Amino acid sequence: MLEIPVIRWGRPYESMEKQPVVHFETGETLASMNQANGGLIKMDMRKASKARDILRQFSIEQLCEMCEKAADFYLNATLPLGNGTQTPQEFCEIQSATTGLPQHMCAANMRKNSYVLKHMKEVLEALTRGLPFDVLSKGYGMESRGITVSYQAQTPVMGMVLPSNSPGVHTLWMPVLPLQVGLVLKPGSQEPWTPYRIYEAFAQAGVPREVFCIYPGAHDCGAAVTETCARAMIFGGASTVERYHGDPRIQAHGPGFSKILIGDDMVDDWEKYIDLMVDSIFVNSGRSCINCSGIWASRHTEAIADALAQRLGPVAPLPMSDPKSSLAAFTVPGAAKAINAQIEELLKAPGVTEVTAKYRNGDRHEPHERYDFLRPTIVHCSSTEPAIANTEYMFPFVSVVQCSQNEMIKKVGSTLVGSCLTRDPKWSQELLDATNIDRLNIGEVRTNQLHWMQPHEGNIIDFLFRARAFQTSPPPTH
Amino acid sequence: MSDLSEKVSKAKTQLDAHTVETVQWHFHPSTGSPFWLEKAKTYKFDPLTEVKCFDDLKKFPHFEDEWLRGGPISRWIPKGLAGKPAYVFETGGTTGIPKSRMVIEDHWIDYENFSDTLPDESFPRGSNWLMLGPSGPRRLRLAVEHLAQYRGGICFCVDLDPRWVVKLLKKGDVAGAKAYADHVIDQAITVLSAGHDIKCAFATPKLLEALALKLMDNGSSVEEAGIKGIFAGGTEFTPQWYRFCREELLGPNVYITPTYGNTLMGLACGKPFDPADNFKITYYAPQPRAVIETVDFKDYDQVVGYGETGRVKLYTMTKELFIPGFMERDEGERELPHDKYPWDGVSGTRPFHEIAATTTVGVY
Repeated sequence: MLEIPVIRWGRPYESMEKQPVVHFETGETLASMNQANGGLIKMDMRKASKARDILRQFSIEQLCEMCEKAADFYLNATLPLGNGTQTPQEFCEIQSATTGLPQHMCAANMRKNSYVLKHMKEVLEALTRGLPFDVLSKGYGMESRGITVSYQAQTPVMGMVLPSNSPGVHTLWMPVLPLQVGLVLKPGSQEPWTPYRIYEAFAQAGVPREVFCIYPGAHDCGAAVTETCARAMIFGGASTVERYHGDPRIQAHGPGFSKILIGDDMVDDWEKYIDLMVDSIFVNSGRSCINCSGIWASRHTEAIADALAQRLGPVAPLPMSDPKSSLAAFTVPGAAKAINAQIEELLKAPGVTEVTAKYRNGDRHEPHERYDFLRPTIVHCSSTEPAIANTEYMFPFVSVVQCSQNEMIKKVGSTLVGSCLTRDPKWSQELLDATNIDRLNIGEVRTNQLHWMQPHEGNIIDFLFRARAFQTSPPPTH
Repeated sequence: MSDLSEKVSKAKTQLDAHTVETVQWHFHPSTGSPFWLEKAKTYKFDPLTEVKCFDDLKKFPHFEDEWLRGGPISRWIPKGLAGKPAYVFETGGTTGIPKSRMVIEDHWIDYENFSDTLPDESFPRGSNWLMLGPSGPRRLRLAVEHLAQYRGGICFCVDLDPRWVVKLLKKGDVAGAKAYADHVIDQAITVLSAGHDIKCAFATPKLLEALALKLMDNGSSVEEAGIKGIFAGGTEFTPQWYRFCREELLGPNVYITPTYGNTLMGLACGKPFDPADNFKITYYAPQPRAVIETVDFKDYDQVVGYGETGRVKLYTMTKELFIPGFMERDEGERELPHDKYPWDGVSGTRPFHEIAATTTVGVY
């Protein structure tokens, strides 16, 4: 039996209680996870400052080189894991078996994580807008234009309360370590695999283990991480985001409500963009916050919805190991049933039509003994009023919403990624000015085609460092 | 017959006799409470003639704690105790009309019995106590105070309203709950720093953890604050937490022992620490005044086998209160009798899996 320890500043720790990690289809126990407790985390965090001290023994450039090496270890090597080892293939198999994500999607997420690690120096150069790295290490320095700048680290470690079912989110925390900030990871119960494999890849690449903590455990562990780390990221639903709203210590990631907005100048050519829409909705089984959950246009919306339904309606589950498998399973008991019931209720609103039903050849909800599938669902809304016009679910689901262009920006609400199909300069400027859209794409860019040189939901440099005044001499007389 | 078997047999005989005596008291028209005398009219058996041993309690329907909600509280007072000064204690940290228990002297007797299980070297007689737990209409606060007095000391308490904490957590105000916990810990630190020679404490696991960490932040420790012995209770007192306390939070010179109980029962004691147990926590009820059974999830009248998992069922048989089988909100494993407690125990107590998801665990 694979047994995986708690990691406390690089030292493995065996707990009294352990939790099994099970295969979602068979119920077979695949690994036994040792469990941290909240007090233990609070105790460890008393030594958090050491992590940054250790990391500052290396330059950021050196740590970027280690990231490059770690990228290769992570993607290709057989690495230690608990009391055993793990090949890349075994990684994909076990991640799929516990999260319900098809194996080829796990492999794709692996390549994505590896890419970000491999290009870490470029990522940091982009995110720092060309700031000399030693400014971040020392706390101050001189810009090329001769101005003294100071950036003060706000924390020696960053806490991460990671999700159970979204192996795609890990790229968000990868830049933390080369910024000389230690990592305190609370993995999701079904997806401990990426944190442990990245940890081991970093260690093999020469990063001291003492800058890592990994705390599998119950909810009190997540609470302890967010309480004791001066900066932490947490993943959850809308209520989690709401709870931490306005808390400068916590960056909460929740639903994205990402959308494609089609301008009046291009909507008559909508058929050209069907592939872009399908991929935005469907890649990674619609599980990400960057998957498209709304397509908004002023006309042709019924035709767009029908074309999408013809493409996605017939899609059915396949075995996880099938390279063509495109639907992820719901592994939390009752979740799919509850979502399906909610959708059915929302479909009763006036002006709402489910377009996929006639192409699906079966129910949306496909229950199995230990898991469920929800098949792709395309909904048409003849106005912006129904609640389902602006929702997001963790499967391929989209609402195609009819809305005039001049009302669209106001009505779309909070949107993580807005991919806007327009060449209209006036509307483009309005989109650029819209503060409710976080990542803006103007052009033929899928919502899930992220450029890693761009910040995501706030620049991590701004989250971890504070620009402040620093003087070593009086200013000129004035 | 081995020494332990002899003790087990003797305890069983004592339990049977105590059961008959208790039922006679609660169902006799001259001594019984209005509640039970009225309830007896609905039974198809006569408790006075048909309860001859502990197992006969299975003739009673399960006790429903909803019966404890609302008044009049006087219906619970046995006629045989009429006129004695009575307390009312509320259970749990929930909102709405609380479930209440009438008590006259049970909390004193239970904690005096518990006192006999505490080692004097860790809980020195005559020393003062800190009660770091819920205040208000709670049995625990007065019981711990009585324990301190019974052992010759004085008890220092804090203000702690657990219902407020549950309200904060239910509305997602984590920061508010944290601020309230800090407020409670500040009170404890103040008391400990005031030169009262406090050597013993009751604390909930969460509050003890917060107190110990705060003392460390202040460059001190629980040991340096003068505490020698602590008892703590609740399902959060897990083997992992026990080990964490002994190895890291408190250090080797502060004794900590787990307890298990609620307002309806007395206080179940933890089996004395034995390294061979690998931090497994086993509780034994204060028989014959209270009994713990571990019963089948599908048949609450069927005890599971030793080592098997079941739901915790409580019985209380004192002159003040009769509870013929109450389904506790916890589950655990049935344990063999122990030399010190020659009757069944329960280990691994944790929230009953069918209701665990709906329970809000607060500050205590």
